[in-house]
Amino acid sequence: MAEISKINDNTYEVPIGYRPGMRVPGRIFVSAALRDMVESGTIDQVANVANLPGIVNYSMAMPDAHLGYGFPIGGVAAFREEDGIISPGGVGFDINCGVRLLRTDLQATNVQPRINTLIDALFEAIPSGLGATGRLHVSDQQLTEVFTNGSQWAVEEGYGVEADLSHCEESGHMPGADQAQVSVRARKRGRPQLGTLGSGNHFLEIQRVEEIYDEPVAKKFGLFKGQITVMIHCGSRGAGHQICTDHLEVLTRAVKKYNIDIPDKQLACAPLGSPEADNYFGAMVCAANYAWANRHIIAHWTREVFERYFPGSKLDLVYDVAHNVAKIEEHQVDGKRERLYVHRKGATRAFGPSRSEVQVAYQGIGQPVLIPGSMGTSSYVLCGNDRALDLTFGSACHGAGRVMSRSQALKLFTGQNVKAALNRDGIVVKATSPSMLAEEAPQVYKPSGDVVDVVHNLGIATKVARLVPLGVSKG
Amino acid sequence: MIPFEYLEHTADIKFRAYGKTPAEMLSNAAAALFKSMVEPATIVVKETWKVELKAFDLEDLAYQWLCEIVFLFETESAVFATFSVNLEQDGTESMRLLAEIGGERIDLERHAFENEVKAITRHKFGIKKNEVWCIQVILDV
Repeated sequence: MAEISKINDNTYEVPIGYRPGMRVPGRIFVSAALRDMVESGTIDQVANVANLPGIVNYSMAMPDAHLGYGFPIGGVAAFREEDGIISPGGVGFDINCGVRLLRTDLQATNVQPRINTLIDALFEAIPSGLGATGRLHVSDQQLTEVFTNGSQWAVEEGYGVEADLSHCEESGHMPGADQAQVSVRARKRGRPQLGTLGSGNHFLEIQRVEEIYDEPVAKKFGLFKGQITVMIHCGSRGAGHQICTDHLEVLTRAVKKYNIDIPDKQLACAPLGSPEADNYFGAMVCAANYAWANRHIIAHWTREVFERYFPGSKLDLVYDVAHNVAKIEEHQVDGKRERLYVHRKGATRAFGPSRSEVQVAYQGIGQPVLIPGSMGTSSYVLCGNDRALDLTFGSACHGAGRVMSRSQALKLFTGQNVKAALNRDGIVVKATSPSMLAEEAPQVYKPSGDVVDVVHNLGIATKVARLVPLGVSKG
Repeated sequence: MIPFEYLEHTADIKFRAYGKTPAEMLSNAAAALFKSMVEPATIVVKETWKVELKAFDLEDLAYQWLCEIVFLFETESAVFATFSVNLEQDGTESMRLLAEIGGERIDLERHAFENEVKAITRHKFGIKKNEVWCIQVILDV
């Protein structure tokens, strides 16, 4: 078996031949310390993705990579339009799971004394956790509009403001939604869940800007030291999960129909241009738009809560990024401009100033790249660099990445002691289930700073600010 | 024979469920899936739900069955504790599953929720028959 080799301090190569059938090598972007945390199963998954037809350059894993299903979490791969594929295994069940950052005009010193009340109020205002139903009751017609127009629909309905759209990836709605490809079952799951945070690693967090690394860019992003920010992490809820489940079935059959050899059933896929591929893409876009509307509504309710306790306060959107999605993008490949389907699964777009997709507000600078930490650790704001285009098709990591299983976490921690430890650090936590707090203990994730340093040192994105949690509301 | 066991997995939930028959294995798999979501001791059987599914083979049927339980949980706002499964051959080309699920509507005061299962993955999903039937499942949470 071919051996993994070190390319530089932050890059390792998984050579062709590491596993049978690889068409391109794999690239894992980690430091030596993080390399030791990458499980062999994760490397196998990087190699498996390299088997897929039409893959360009490398099957990649970001510094937060860990074991997933199909693609690893933190996996990035681009496929040529002419001979490539699209795979729900490269997007995930939670389509357009993503992160949104709001900046306030409030100083931490004013907010901190009321953090308990504020977190309680946010926990009340934003439905979360298993079994929770939403505050919204959308009609079937409205749901159709959500799938087509995403955040645009939300703004038209009075959730958020027009300026939010110009500070959101894809302006909060991707073109190409195909309602006909969304099953009745997906609609049934999605309808009552619009405007809910969900559970697991999803959260709403009140943070303080602790450190600024790049003053000029921080200024352009509207960030300053001591400022209060709000981060929202959630996705497309049952709608997205069901859309992925439905199309996985179709694509499982497509693999046989088109005679594609896949090493993992979760990598079921269809050739680009086939009806199965088009249908999945159209349905995936519907889920992506649902997720943007969902985060938009949650941000609106967050603003309402802040207005109650801090009248006149302003919460402006810094940015909103998708980290589970496939996008049609043009990239330079061997000196030629090519249209590619870039899959990012647990990976964030990190476009630099040269890309036209970067919103007007950030043109000439690069997009804000939002990397949340775990419950008790720092989150980071970075700025996308053009260098990322050559290295990772303009992609960065999406978080810290898990290193410990849930069952292991439950053996080591209890919800109560996790909460107490966070309280000692001045972090207030509110969650629906104590066991969930134990499973999401800060220690189960890689150190977020180490992960972010790899992205920074490789030149994928530059560190702009570090945010520390003050209060967390979890599902 | 233990009905099911959870295995180590960094990010998601992995389990194996066993049965002397395929039907018993599917019943135990449903119980393993649901135990990862809600503590079964907190559920009282007050209502029943009927499920009928058809697939080309046992593996596809098993996958559909577990997906159906997640779907019913969310759309019926109900939690389940008993899973009675019957399998029958449907002609030469397909198999049919007929099941009765017992449970009740969600009561947030009483039911102790654990993980939110987003979906059943196809990753390393498989059924084997050695001394007993065994299914391996990884849940996306």
